[in-house]
Amino acid sequence: MTQAGYPEMQGPNCPLPISKREMVVIGHGSGGQLTHELIRDVFQSRLGNPLLNAGNDSALLDLSQALPAGQRLVVSTDAHIVSPLFFPGGDIGRLSVCGTVNDLAMMGAQPRYLTATFIIEEGFLISDLEKIVDSMAAACSEARVQLVAADTKVTEHGKSDGIFISTTGIGWARSTPRIAGDQARPGDAVLVSGPMGNHGIAIAQARGNLGFQSNVVSDTAPLNSLVGQLLAEVPNVHVFRDPTRGGLATTLVEISRQSSVTIELDEKAIPIDPPVRVACELLGLDPLYLANEGKMLVILPAEFAYTALRVLRANPLGNQAAIIGHVTERPQPQLLLKTTLGTTRVLEMLSGEMLPRIC
Amino acid sequence: MCLGIPGQVTDIYDMEGTLMSKVDFGGVVQEVCVATVPEVKVGQYVLVHAGFALNILSDQEALETIKLFEELEKFNQEHPSGEQPE
Amino acid sequence: MTTLTNANFRSEELTQKLVASIRAITTRPWNIMEICGGQTHAILQYGLDQLLPAGIQLIHGPGCPVCVTSLESIEQALKIARQDDVIFTSFGDMLRVPGAGQDLFSARASGADVRVVYSPMEAVKIAALNSQKKVVFVAVGFETTVPSIAQSVLHAKRNGITNFTILPANVLVPPAMHAILSSPENRVQGFLAAGHVCAVMGYWEYEPIAARYHTPIVVTGFEPVDILNGILMTVQQLEAGMHTVQNAYRRAVTREGNLTAQGIIAQVFEPVDRNWRGIGLIPLSGLGLRPEFQTFDVHEHFELGHETLAESPLCIAGSVLRGVATPHDCPAFGRQCTPGTPLGAPMVSSEGACAAYYRYQRVKA
Repeated sequence: MTQAGYPEMQGPNCPLPISKREMVVIGHGSGGQLTHELIRDVFQSRLGNPLLNAGNDSALLDLSQALPAGQRLVVSTDAHIVSPLFFPGGDIGRLSVCGTVNDLAMMGAQPRYLTATFIIEEGFLISDLEKIVDSMAAACSEARVQLVAADTKVTEHGKSDGIFISTTGIGWARSTPRIAGDQARPGDAVLVSGPMGNHGIAIAQARGNLGFQSNVVSDTAPLNSLVGQLLAEVPNVHVFRDPTRGGLATTLVEISRQSSVTIELDEKAIPIDPPVRVACELLGLDPLYLANEGKMLVILPAEFAYTALRVLRANPLGNQAAIIGHVTERPQPQLLLKTTLGTTRVLEMLSGEMLPRIC
Repeated sequence: MCLGIPGQVTDIYDMEGTLMSKVDFGGVVQEVCVATVPEVKVGQYVLVHAGFALNILSDQEALETIKLFEELEKFNQEHPSGEQPE
Repeated sequence: MTTLTNANFRSEELTQKLVASIRAITTRPWNIMEICGGQTHAILQYGLDQLLPAGIQLIHGPGCPVCVTSLESIEQALKIARQDDVIFTSFGDMLRVPGAGQDLFSARASGADVRVVYSPMEAVKIAALNSQKKVVFVAVGFETTVPSIAQSVLHAKRNGITNFTILPANVLVPPAMHAILSSPENRVQGFLAAGHVCAVMGYWEYEPIAARYHTPIVVTGFEPVDILNGILMTVQQLEAGMHTVQNAYRRAVTREGNLTAQGIIAQVFEPVDRNWRGIGLIPLSGLGLRPEFQTFDVHEHFELGHETLAESPLCIAGSVLRGVATPHDCPAFGRQCTPGTPLGAPMVSSEGACAAYYRYQRVKA
């Protein structure tokens, strides 16, 4: 565990506990006895691997065998402040691991190592912390990554909304051809790995103030195995991207601009689970702008579209994959949607937060 | 005004003096106040806006409306573009 | 399996039949106003105006209650929201409507306790759970929303929830139609009446309006098939020189409306004069609390004052809302005024005319 750079040294600020604590206290962040116990009992016991357990200031990674020629190192970092912390289908722990794993996977990289920092508010329940770390351990195992370095700080009550987690991931990807947002080309097919909007609705429901119940769960999942399987059969994918904040529409507008192309979608082809559709109608939300945390867009030459579809559908995470559109060329980059009635409209980026409405 | 969604009433109960219900919209259930339609029965469909029922929907009228549209086919064949109705 | 699910009223096949019928009977250009933001939204979402014959012009009326809430009410809302002991509740629609400076969204960012609710009953629940705070609900909306607000006030009274109050800002449709049709600049020839307002109020109130202004009025729903049906019936009347009130939303609307809901409204509210943003004062076009419910009016509990506030000099929202100008006629449209930096309410609401024109750009060839 990387240690705090500045433990409090002015003498004891709080008495040592005489029994096992139920809540995180300021002393847990000060680098002393309590911190060691927290690290050992909550983190190392769950995430334990030789690198983390070594308890040094940093993790020594031996990449000489692992990084083959022609591969590039890929790094990504992310902060997670989701509210509520626990929601149907996941929690902040699973979200943070999958979020960073997927950022790497979207470059075509295989993630290997993760680091995590935890900023915890005084008063946070240890049992909740344990659940979150359990969740991270499970996600790391699913994604086959190791969490090799971590840090914990504790803030005063009221200063950090429960817990904030920041994760950094390292992996490697082939150098060429590049998989990136500027690689979409006219003639390409656009695929999505599954139904849209589940995570957004699961979060809306968990916030509790919208008065509805459903069995919609978040789709938070690591996508690296799906990416690996796809690249093994279809190496010339042009773009991968996971439609997180802002949803499918915002993500594709970004890509259309980066690649200077027009993308045309067929509304009938976009998979959306019926309860998600209904929840959106009830609240006045648009499923094309809701976040997804376990889905990806794939843009690739059209002749490989059906092969890609087959590979995606063979994996449980992609079993409702669909071809939803294609890339064309027009004087100005746009994202167009052919509606279920055959008319066409332009989709813009989401500006600001999408709020439930009554009108 | 605006967002009014049809759903089926599955349960009716009192909440501190106000008549409430559970309405199923097809996989999503919401708590809806039915003080505006106290005669509603479980199984009927209501139009819901801002957590309140606006009205009980008429299946009969819906069927009639759809049937009217079927008549349009005939009308369109008898009156190709440009002609006036009688 | 019921016929009532919306899927039946979105069918491509029925849409095509209705469009063909409209084309078959249209011989001249017609201006038709829809006075419900929800209808505006559906027209844009499905691109319905792309399907209509070129001569049929759909004018988006002041059917967005958020767009017509007076600047003064919004400033009062902000003043209340900023107070320490207040939990300010609102429908999501209101959060980004600009006041003279801020909006509720930025007030929240600055520390005000502003919460989005999906129903006014939710606001009453929050009041019951937070007895040491004052919970204020900004009551916007047309007649569709009023029963929910009235019932919530009744519930609060019955259960002694005295820390719940409303900022009254509801508006009524018929006076607005009078104001539009009686204006010398009026271009509207036919009206699509708001289907959900009529589900509550019925449509008997529109009969004198149709007669007085020789304007056909058709009660219209919100699904593509409903809207096209409403347009078809309106054009049929216009082509035949008729001006009656018809009902194209029969599964949800009767001539008398929902009498129980009307009773609940009448128990709690009474008509008052109201200022419509961009349009001005329309007599007896709003609803205020009856004397026996005055304790639920936020004005009884807060010193709010009365200021005359100036709108952006560039904003022509009033003309747009009345249908006498289009957003394209506005010099600020798309330049100083965009959805990200709105100068007026119609650019903020997802069905305001200006936001509609902005977002729904013609597909660039």
